[in-house]
Amino acid sequence: MTDLSHIRNFAIIAHIDHGKSTLADRLIEYCGGLSNREMTEQVLDSMDIERERGITIKAQTVRLKYNAKDGVTYTLNLMDTPGHVDFSYEVSRSLAACEGSLLVVDTTQGVEAQTLANAYLAIEADHEIVPVLNKIDLQASEPQRVREQIEEVIGLDASEAVEISAKTGMGVEDVLEALIEKLPPPKGSQEDPLKALLVDSWYDQYLGVMILVRVVDGTLKKGQKVRLMSSGATHQIDQVGIFTPKATQVDELGPGAIGYITASIKTAAETPVGDTITDAARPAAEPLGGFQPSVPVVFSSLFPVDAADFEDLRDSLAKLRLNDASFVYEAETSAALGFGFRCGFLGLLHLEIIQERLEREFDLDLITTAPSVVYRLHKTDGSITELHNPADMPNPTQITTIEEPWIRATILVPDEHLGGILSLCEDRRGEQVELTYAGARAMAVYRLPLNEVVFDFYDRLKSTSRGYASFDYQMDGYAESDLVKVSILVNEEPVDALSFVAHRRVAEGRGRMICQRLKDLIPRQLFRIAIQAAIGGKVIARETVSAMRKDVTAKCYGGDITRKRKLLEKQKKGKKRMRQFGQVEIPQSAFLAALRMGDD
Amino acid sequence: MFGIYLHWPFCESKCPYCDFNSHVAAEIDVAAWRKAYFSEIGRFASLNPGREVTSIFFGGGTPSLMPPSLIADLIDEIGNHWSLDKDVEITAEANPGSSEAALFEDFKLAGVNRLSIGMQSLNDDALKFLGRRHSAAEGRAAIEAARRVMPRYSLDLIYARPGQSAKDWELELTDALGLAGDHISAYQLTIEPGTDFHRQRIPAADEDIGADLFDVTQRMLEDAGLPAYEISNHARPGAECRHNLVYWQGYDYVGLGPGAHGRLTNDGITRRIQEIRDPARWMNAVETKGTGTQKSERLDAGERRDELLLMGLRLTDGVENDRFKSVSGETLEDALDPDAVKLLSDGGFLTFDGQRLAATPEGLRRLNAVLSRLLT
Repeated sequence: MTDLSHIRNFAIIAHIDHGKSTLADRLIEYCGGLSNREMTEQVLDSMDIERERGITIKAQTVRLKYNAKDGVTYTLNLMDTPGHVDFSYEVSRSLAACEGSLLVVDTTQGVEAQTLANAYLAIEADHEIVPVLNKIDLQASEPQRVREQIEEVIGLDASEAVEISAKTGMGVEDVLEALIEKLPPPKGSQEDPLKALLVDSWYDQYLGVMILVRVVDGTLKKGQKVRLMSSGATHQIDQVGIFTPKATQVDELGPGAIGYITASIKTAAETPVGDTITDAARPAAEPLGGFQPSVPVVFSSLFPVDAADFEDLRDSLAKLRLNDASFVYEAETSAALGFGFRCGFLGLLHLEIIQERLEREFDLDLITTAPSVVYRLHKTDGSITELHNPADMPNPTQITTIEEPWIRATILVPDEHLGGILSLCEDRRGEQVELTYAGARAMAVYRLPLNEVVFDFYDRLKSTSRGYASFDYQMDGYAESDLVKVSILVNEEPVDALSFVAHRRVAEGRGRMICQRLKDLIPRQLFRIAIQAAIGGKVIARETVSAMRKDVTAKCYGGDITRKRKLLEKQKKGKKRMRQFGQVEIPQSAFLAALRMGDD
Repeated sequence: MFGIYLHWPFCESKCPYCDFNSHVAAEIDVAAWRKAYFSEIGRFASLNPGREVTSIFFGGGTPSLMPPSLIADLIDEIGNHWSLDKDVEITAEANPGSSEAALFEDFKLAGVNRLSIGMQSLNDDALKFLGRRHSAAEGRAAIEAARRVMPRYSLDLIYARPGQSAKDWELELTDALGLAGDHISAYQLTIEPGTDFHRQRIPAADEDIGADLFDVTQRMLEDAGLPAYEISNHARPGAECRHNLVYWQGYDYVGLGPGAHGRLTNDGITRRIQEIRDPARWMNAVETKGTGTQKSERLDAGERRDELLLMGLRLTDGVENDRFKSVSGETLEDALDPDAVKLLSDGGFLTFDGQRLAATPEGLRRLNAVLSRLLT
């Protein structure tokens, strides 16, 4: 067992693309964790999608051996954390497993919204924070300016910040020395009953669920019976190991250690992040603090473009959920789009990641309905229910009030784009909380309804600031609001997949926009088609697709009817994708296109 | 009814709108073609003996470029293998150039009794745009020649050319009616893949213009005593093209020559037959293998039913229940979805009185959508 004073557990936190994973690679390389041959760019981000997007979804860890200048060989446990707002709870659990953080800031960019958000999480976790100024080899690097920002905006002492280039490896040893010197060693008792923090878990097709743990007190051994304190479920440990970064079995994990265990567990859902693992025979009296089950905040429906893919979609969702317990799904039937699933996500990025993995890894062509948030309905009978799908909204007469979730958003933006960002926030019913300046950058803190943010807010933020604004948020409670459900009707029949909930002020405009869009997308038919947007029984927008006048042209010659037969075959095939609305049949593709345009 | 279609695949030049199987050849070995057609007539006759031919149609390409003696020989050879109905209709497509017009009399002597004249337009600019080799004046002269020598002739016209207004078309159609015999085919210009127009991205008329010009056509030809009997075909009552009725009413026909299509029923089994499209390859196959057929597929009852409705509903008379039953084996009532029939009848697109199912004028012009409702 390693002497606790020779252990340092640390996380690396940064804004996206500021060099977090590259620094991790350099540290691994420096400490000889992998041979040169095994080093691939950003070894810790093992999923393709993580590597491509430059974001980490699952927490990962590496045990490093470092021979310090003081002559002692230290065990360093590096925790690579998810770097996005959607996963802030996961980040907070990863941080809880460490005593300190390296805060990496790109000196050509400066402090960004996630720098700030992650730094605050680290401060909350009582971390010793070592600022690391990255990319100082670049011409555009301004280390001095960034030092000032760190002090002014975050309030950290940056006088001893380490200047590095993760790309070239310059300054890496200084980072390691700073870790030894500044970070406290872990505390803990080997004799006390086992208490280990469940940092993260994922599914491995050979070993079942792998659980990343940080042992606080006691030890974890192969064969030991352990209990998850949230559910009371017990499991026998099959393997105990560490990551070097390759998974390597060890005899045991003692206090202060970070590693993994496996216990033939089938799904990640059985191993909630933040849970406490204890010994089944000699349990701890109290779990570690801070456990909360993950709660989806953004909901959207996924439909296969080809109805024949429904079963595949079901299987694929089940497989994904083995690995990611933070999204939920249930079967849904839509009159317009057929069979699909209503899914809940931690945020918009999480939604995108799941959608992309389904399309890429499982080769599914999907359509995603407009994201919606969870509304809280206070009904006339005194009950309170949560609404996950606008299509399920009860009759307005049964509702007394509706509450919607709000967020507290932090936006950092260069001065020249501030005006546009402020009017965007005002336009989206934002309430300004704070507006401060740090050099040429402004930091705006707003309270915003989440439903305004899921509706193209990121895109507008990006275009308004030419990509220079950074954004982060946290959930900030519920508040009553004047919300209405807008139904889209085709020939008097509702198109469930297009209905949405919006503030009364913007409902009419958005309803009209969808009607116009559908008018352009629905081909003329034998009969006239009425497209309406309605709130309750009141029509707020209307468009008409006039009846087709003529659709035959082709000449038939020499008894060749192959072309006519082909047209018929095509029509027969297309029929499967038709949805009946009164007298008319509307191709599913029109609804899909209407939803896709919403992404633009 | 039993028809023979014979495809002559050669033209003097390729028109920019045409996607038919036509080719420009420097030299044509007439003797070799005669031999190949004879071989195919013999083969089809041995497979389908004892029929009485009610119509022969020389299509193309430009059949009016065939030597009249070849046409005479082919008609004779068909008559040697099958009997010819005493009122057999023998049509040849003809271009209204002056050299062709000079041969109309010889075609008549060869046995042709009906000409389908590819006039296309009476406007010189339009003829030039359409890539036609004849002028409007030549066309008029050719029609006069046809009127003198042929018992029957039809005019082919193409409308909805770029920029053509309803007023323009009305004037042109008035002019055409002065020249018309007992039959006019008026086709809306379509831009087909593989044609020069398609490559030049010439736009097809939009739906509303197409519909306006279609309205003009229906009204004027009806007033002139040439009502529509099919979507694009108009005739004096009794002067309908018998050969085309074979296609539309689901009767058997033989397709001779490159790319020709046939439909033949023997022992209760109906086959759709397609000849090799490329002229040289067709000729070679006939010479070396004794058959120019590329593909022969058996039609099941559902396909026969669909085809009859697909083709038969193009006719203003529609589909007779007896005819439908003899082709598909079931009655219209049994074959069709009553909800679809009701929806289309209530909408004014279809009529069905138990004897006959027919598209109304409103249904005819929207036949693709009507068929989609009815058949899918």
